[in-house]
Parts: sequence; structure tokens; C-alpha cells
Amino acid sequence: MAQVSIASLLSRLTPVAAARQWPRYEVDHAGWDTVGRVLGQGGGDLIGLWAEEGGQVHLALRATNLANPAILTTGVVNRQFPSVGRHHAPAIRLERAIRDLHGYMPAGTPDERPWLDHGAWGVRAPLGARTAARLSDPAAYDFLPVTGQGLHQIPVGPVHAGIIEPGHFRFTANGETVARLEERLGYVHKGIDGLLAGADLDTAGRVVARVSGDETVALGFAFARAVEAALDIAVPTRAAVLRGVMAELERIANHFGDIGAICNDATFTLIHAYCGIFRERVLAACDGAFGHRLMMDRIVPGGVTQDITIAGVRAIIATLEDIAPRFAEVIRLYDDTPSLQDRTCTTGIVARDLVMRFAAGGHVGRASGRDFDCRRDLVYPPYRGLAFKVPVLKAGDVDARVWVRIREVEASMSMLRGWLLALPDGPVRVAVPRAGEWREGAAMVEAFRGDVLVWLRVAADGSLARCYVRDASWFQWPLLEAAIEGNIVADFPLCNKSFNCSYSGHDL
Amino acid sequence: MRTLLLKSLFASPVTIAPPPPADAALAEVGRMLEQRARRLFGRSLTIREVDAGSCNGCELEIHALNNAVYDVERFGIRFAASPRHADVLLVTGPVTRNMKVALERTYAATPDPKWVVAAGDCAAGCGVFAGSYAVVGAVDEVIPVDLHIAGCPPRPIDLMKGLIALLDKATART
Repeated sequence: MAQVSIASLLSRLTPVAAARQWPRYEVDHAGWDTVGRVLGQGGGDLIGLWAEEGGQVHLALRATNLANPAILTTGVVNRQFPSVGRHHAPAIRLERAIRDLHGYMPAGTPDERPWLDHGAWGVRAPLGARTAARLSDPAAYDFLPVTGQGLHQIPVGPVHAGIIEPGHFRFTANGETVARLEERLGYVHKGIDGLLAGADLDTAGRVVARVSGDETVALGFAFARAVEAALDIAVPTRAAVLRGVMAELERIANHFGDIGAICNDATFTLIHAYCGIFRERVLAACDGAFGHRLMMDRIVPGGVTQDITIAGVRAIIATLEDIAPRFAEVIRLYDDTPSLQDRTCTTGIVARDLVMRFAAGGHVGRASGRDFDCRRDLVYPPYRGLAFKVPVLKAGDVDARVWVRIREVEASMSMLRGWLLALPDGPVRVAVPRAGEWREGAAMVEAFRGDVLVWLRVAADGSLARCYVRDASWFQWPLLEAAIEGNIVADFPLCNKSFNCSYSGHDL
Repeated sequence: MRTLLLKSLFASPVTIAPPPPADAALAEVGRMLEQRARRLFGRSLTIREVDAGSCNGCELEIHALNNAVYDVERFGIRFAASPRHADVLLVTGPVTRNMKVALERTYAATPDPKWVVAAGDCAAGCGVFAGSYAVVGAVDEVIPVDLHIAGCPPRPIDLMKGLIALLDKATART
């Protein structure tokens, strides 16, 4: 079937003036529907879908022959917009969220159930019409029907057995084998979109940094870059490098945690113990160098809040030098332990077709053959001109997701050494000017779990009119449902940990 | 694996020295225990962690309590999978409206006597999420709280000091 390319569709349109770097185009419902159809045929990646008060829905996408991602906007007519989800499944949950938050109906959607709204807010469409709503039983939710002989259901959550975030998993199993997993999320919905609207940049930055605490650096980085794109701010070189240092420290700390936790879920506690120590050492070095273990609120529009001292630099280098050989030894152990590999190899396989369709970022995509990394493909300072290898594997199982992390830790350590041994001098922050007019900016940053997107509109007075944060988890959570199918229930923790999706980052 | 195990045998422990209980925490739990019956737990506390809406930053640091460096199990503090086995609920986050019922049910499922520790600035006062339509409020607006541990997120050492203070008071013989 002949396919219209998104690039040729967009080439006929003129972008909105306020949009910087990433062009934004306004399209009618027919144009919107065509783009949805093309996305569904594999003509591009959906990277974000959100609404704005006043009757607009925005869609961010990447496509071949487009230098930068592009944003499409369509108007809401009679509280409706054409569903993209009817053509392109990755849009379904995003559209359910739009309906819950704004009250705009995705016309023709294959799934009309609520998503974030559990009937507990006391208000319907909190970012739209804000009509009062009666409280309803939060447990009342129509899970998809599963029929067949010998099936039983296992409800898990929202409060889980470990020290983890809340969410509900409904397993339908046949004996030990999972026939279907259905997720129900939204428990930690904090109304972040609502808090960001109208906030000043400082307040908003602190909220965005807490969208998901484990990737606070990447979130702050993406927010800062989106503001800088909107207001045409160039960040000093030293600040850009320090941002990279923080981002890679965050990546290795999280990867250590995940590698250990995955092995722990296969009850191989030795690697967990070692990785726990590595993670702790890295966080202590972060604390020493930047004054916060998770480096929250350190990256702000205009640069970074805190410069690093020579002692801080030395402490990080020493920590990495101490860890590197010990990590190599632990990895050899992972590779040489058949009883552990028996649990991770061929477990929780995600097909390449799925990660491509969902544009799944991070280790979930890269372990299944999707060769994408924002640091390389939407390059931003300080990664410009930097040669590093993006690990891409094909197996798509838990083991492949472990190996992607291992290789990324190695690549990050070498980046960190390179930067820290040759830190450029100079200031670490510049002032954030007022544009005096409405501006829009967007940025994508590679967090440890995948790409984070921030889009925002800054008002003339410098406050935020709207800010949208899309975590990588949106396009990874649905694939976890696919990964567990046909596996035994006992392998779910392994699959889940190998994804390590964010609940808070998704629920917002 | 043998070489790794052998090396660990001869290596010195990475575990840090136990910190003293936090003064502020001692004062707070002291007040709380005047109002409640003391009971001997045999110097052990079992904790059920409940994320009632956090950004997961607090969870990361609570996790760290179990690593080899902090190793809270040496004080008799351990984390349980079920509230039925818990003496303490360690609650994080501003309580979201979507988690309110789950938190109330978890509290109801925890046998008496029980204590509630609100960990992190969000649990104490909603942090940056105050005022949202989706947030009920701080933890003590939903269930009674006996101890607050400040921080965004609290460092593991501060969590540890708070929990040790609670342990000292809760397990003191009357």
C-alpha cells in the first residue's frame, strides 16, 4: 500500500511562529487523522500526545527525513478530536489520560475506559471543565474479559510486596503460565500538569525534577533545555559538561541498582550486594561533589546551580577507578553462572516489531533491536562530537536488558573520565531573560530508562502557561504486558525489574 | 565466584558505624510513647513501606537502608512484604486521592500496636505537590503519624537515625 510520508505532509505546512527548534504545525481533523494513519503504518514514531486548556491537542513525532521532531496541533471541536489510538496503539493510554484530565474525547478510540481518573478526585476533567463529580469505588474498573478453560486471576497491588511504587497488575494465569497481564496505573497521579500551569520557572523546575525521583537529573536537564530552546539561551560550556557528568552519574547509579535488583529477583544475592555497594559509592561521590545524593534541582534553566571543586572531581574519578575493576569481576560472575542465566535468558522476550511500533526507548528498545539514543540521534551538549557506542542487542529478553545496562555503564564511565580530566573553565550559569512574548520550547534527553520529552509554553511575563513531561515509561509499560505473556508468574518480578518503568513518571 | 567469596572473607566490612538516634526524632517519638502503651518487641521492628504518592526518590533511599553500607537489619529492623507482619508503616509521598483507600486499608491491615513513620518532606507537608486537586494532603491527614523524618529525599543516615530512635523508645522496658 502506497504510504504518504510525514515529511512530505508537513512540507506543505507553515510552522507556528512561537515554536523554536522543533516546528509546530496546526492541522485540521482530516490532516490529524492522516498523520495517525501514517504513524499506524510505521511511518514515524509517536513521542508525545497531550492537550491544552482552551481546546487544543498536540502530538509530537519523529519521522525519517525530518531533521528535528515535529509537533502537530489540532483543535477540539464539540469536545472531540480524532483518535490516533484507533490507528496507532501507543496513543491509546495517552488519549485516555487526555480524556480524564481535560474531558476531550478521542473520537473513535478503541478503549473508552478511564485511565488516570479512579473516581477519587471529586472533580471531572480537572484541567478542563472542572465539573464536580461524585466519588466512586476506586476498585471498580472493567478489566478486559479473559475467557478460557482453567484460567484463574491473580490481583496484585496497588501496594506491592517490595519497597516500590504502587500500581495494580491483574494476571490471568493457566496454572503457572501467564495468559495475560493487564496493568492498571494512575495511583500516584499527583496532578503535575495542573501544578505546572501558571507556575514560575523556579517552582516548575522543582516540580519537574520530582516527576520521577530516580531520573531527576534527566528531567531537570530536559526542562532546562526546553526553557533554553524557548528563550534562545546558550549555556556555558562548563555548565553543559557538568550536566553531562550528573546525567551519566545518575545513569550508572541506576543501572547498578537495576542489575543488582534483577539478580536479586533470581535470588542471586551476591551480585545484588556488590551492586548495592557500587551504587552507594556513586551516590556518596555525587553528594560530595554536588551536595545532593540524587543531584536534585542542580540543573536549572541557564546552567547548573553548583560548580564542582577539584576535590569533588577527584572523588568521582577515584570512585570510578575503584568500582571499574570490581564491576568487571561481578559481570564475569553474571556471565559464568548458569543457574542465574537460566532465569534471565529467554525470559520476558519483547519482539522487535513491538519496540519499533511503540518507539520504546532505553534498555527496553535497545535490547530488542531499536537503535535509538537521544544523546546520539538528537544530539545535545555536551554529547556533541563525542564518540560513544550505543549498545543494541536483538534477543529482547531479560538477559539482553541486563547487558544493555552493563555496556551503558562502561560507556558512561569512559565519558565521565574524559570530561572530568579535561573540565573546561568558565561560568556555570547565565541569567534567564524574559522574552516579552509567548514562546514555545521542547527538548528530549536520554534518561537512564529512556527518552524524556519536555514541551512547554512560556508566557510573556516569564511564567509557564503549559508544561508537558512525557516519561519513557509511557511506551514501555504496555510492552511489559507483552513480555510476560507465556512466562511463568514467578518470572514476573524479573521481567518487571528488567524494565524498571516509572509509576510516578507515568502517572504524573 | 569462589575468588569473590574468598576476597569478601578477608576484606573489612563496608558497613558504617551505627549513628546515634536523632535528637529531634527522639523527642518526637518520646511524646508519642507517653500517650501509648509501651510494649517489648525484643529489640526488633518490622516495617512495611507504603508509597502513597511519592516521586520514588524516598524509595531509593529507603532501599539503601538494606545495602551492605547501612545494613539496618543489624539493629533488628527489617522490611516485610505484608502489613500483617509489620509493626511500623513507613509512608512516603503526599497522599494522592487515588492512593487514599489503599493507605487506609494497609493501615487497617497492620496489627496493633503499630507506629507510622512519615518519611520525606512530601509525607510531612506535601512538598512541591501541595495544593493539587489530586492530593489529599500529608500522611497525618489520612492516618495518625508518630514520627516525621525530613528531607527531599531523607538521606539513608537520617532515616536510620529516625528509625533507631523509634526502636529505642518502642522497645524500652517500662
